[in-house]
Amino acid sequence: MTTSPPIVVQARGVSKRFVVRKDNSIKERLVTFGRLGRRHRKEFWALRDVDLTITAGSTIGLIGHNGSGKSTLLKVIGGIIDPTDGDVSRRGRIAALLELGAGFHPDLTGRENVFLNASILGLSRIETQDRLPDILAFAGIGDFIDTQVKFYSSGMYVRLAFAVAVHTDPDLLLVDEVLAVGDEAFQRKCLDKIRSFQQEGRTIILVSHSLGQVTEMCDRAVLLNKGEVVYDGEPAEAVAQFRNILENRRLDDVAKTPDKEPEPGGHIESAVASPVEGRPGDPVPPGSDLRIRIQLSNDADMPDWVCAIQLDNGLGQIVYGTTTKRLDVALSPFTGTRVVEYILRDVHFGTGKYFVNVSLMDRFGRHLHDLPQACSFDVPDYPLAVGTVHARPEFADLGD
Amino acid sequence: MVGTTTYSKSLSGAWRSLKDIHAHREMLGLLVRRDLKARYKDSALGFVWTLIRPLTQLAIYYVVIGKFLSAERGIPDFAVYIFTGLSAYSLFSEIVGGSTASIVGNAGLIKKVYLPREVFPLASVGSALFNFGIQLVILLAATIAVGQPPLTIEILYAIPSLLVILAFGTALGLLLSAANVYLRDIQYLVEVMLLIMLWASPVVYSWEMVKNFAGDGLLLEIYTNNPMTLAVLGFQRAFWVGGHDAVAYPEDLLLRLVIAFAVGVVLLFGFQRVFARLQGNFAQEL
Repeated sequence: MTTSPPIVVQARGVSKRFVVRKDNSIKERLVTFGRLGRRHRKEFWALRDVDLTITAGSTIGLIGHNGSGKSTLLKVIGGIIDPTDGDVSRRGRIAALLELGAGFHPDLTGRENVFLNASILGLSRIETQDRLPDILAFAGIGDFIDTQVKFYSSGMYVRLAFAVAVHTDPDLLLVDEVLAVGDEAFQRKCLDKIRSFQQEGRTIILVSHSLGQVTEMCDRAVLLNKGEVVYDGEPAEAVAQFRNILENRRLDDVAKTPDKEPEPGGHIESAVASPVEGRPGDPVPPGSDLRIRIQLSNDADMPDWVCAIQLDNGLGQIVYGTTTKRLDVALSPFTGTRVVEYILRDVHFGTGKYFVNVSLMDRFGRHLHDLPQACSFDVPDYPLAVGTVHARPEFADLGD
Repeated sequence: MVGTTTYSKSLSGAWRSLKDIHAHREMLGLLVRRDLKARYKDSALGFVWTLIRPLTQLAIYYVVIGKFLSAERGIPDFAVYIFTGLSAYSLFSEIVGGSTASIVGNAGLIKKVYLPREVFPLASVGSALFNFGIQLVILLAATIAVGQPPLTIEILYAIPSLLVILAFGTALGLLLSAANVYLRDIQYLVEVMLLIMLWASPVVYSWEMVKNFAGDGLLLEIYTNNPMTLAVLGFQRAFWVGGHDAVAYPEDLLLRLVIAFAVGVVLLFGFQRVFARLQGNFAQEL
């Protein structure tokens, strides 16, 4: 007989309405009392009818754009705010890492704060005493432990706070964007700690904008959009859908912003990316040749010019870039329209969506016109590796 | 039917809150210590400051009201009399004032961590009690200094008086701390109300003076049954031995104290329910 893991959190039909009031003093309330007052209220639903069942031992990523309700959902799960409708049942000890050092008092010493914060997170004095050496070792702040917290550097502050939080032995750990702190070594330590939590079979719910982190660490991802669950399942699929939502929003934004009166001079009209043997929109598998065709126009004098491209990954990190200056191509002056083309031979990008930025510059590198995210292309899923570079992995065990 | 179910529901709700608070009692202790430690950190005199304020008040009232306005006539050991009343009053005012600000003051925690929110007003009660303890020690020292140590059976009046202050102070503190989240005007209103309370209870004058002024009527009853008046009178019975036969006290003071305490407990229960209702939206209102 197989026993399914126990349910740690069960949310049923959870909705949360926020009312934003513009009047906040007695006087204003009295003046705008009753029906008039309703005009001063704006309400919106941060969460709408969310059902979520979380079983013990899973690691779940909550993703969605800003304002999609991720943090609200996390707070509802943690019991920090009550839902307007529906209910949440939870079991076990919860540690919410919504903000590191939330309970720290600047005037108390690090040691005093450790005890206070640990007790806020549900540890008894004796338990804290036992774990103190571990906490201190993890935080690595040495003799500063007996200094008032207000004299700490922000890094020390966060390290101590994280050290306390992860040593409280929670059954359910709620993490909200806090992993983006500290130096790299400390971040690695944090991630290692979270991995060991996973190994110990604890449940982790994690809100992150780092989609890479989500696909890497979570075994399930929940995609929220405007307070509703859009997708719940495989992290890779959730991330892909999320990228589509982001792309659609971006296109919406572009469509909404009115076209500015074009200044005279060179302009990038459009750009299209496709594999050489394909049509625009086709995926670009590793090893293929990528064609980027750019439409330019010019209605003024432009004696010499440089055309540059830059590829960004979904997180906005630069992946690749080149210019006609680097290629030592002298471009002849033109007026009217012109079509130019880059062909990138034998590209090996990792899985994900990539954006093409195009710039038109003069000889001195001054930007005449930029078209950020002029077009995009996708690289199909490659199960053997992650990252922005594609390489076929092979492994051999060479023994002694 | 409906009445009984809501009744039992709110009763079990209160019980659950109580259990929740009990489970967090160690943290409550730490919060009290944090409040006390943080308050005078980096000040050279430290805890002495908790005494300087009441002692200054004592000196002002003693000189201005006692001597200049001759309120001390008919009140033996006037300084002890005032300090007794002041200790009782400052306990109440610290509980109410501290609790009212406690939820807003701990916004950072409340928005980020789940805790039974009652612990914040209760921590204010704890630190107020600590300061009261220090004042009590001074009061006892003063009574010994004037040769009138409170070694009579009447010292037992201190217990119901203390309970009345605690019940009313905590009840009001819970209500006002929650209300203050939604309407920040409350904390300024509380300051004004506390000032009125100081003069509406027999701290710097005697109950007898009020009686002589208002006569035995409804007005006197209202004045007397103010829980603060009762508690102050109770404390005076307990610690101000010099005046036991010198001034008049209302009849049945003990009974009145017991009734006031019972009313206070009912309020405490009721306001805790209000608090529980309001606290669900604390995190988003702060």
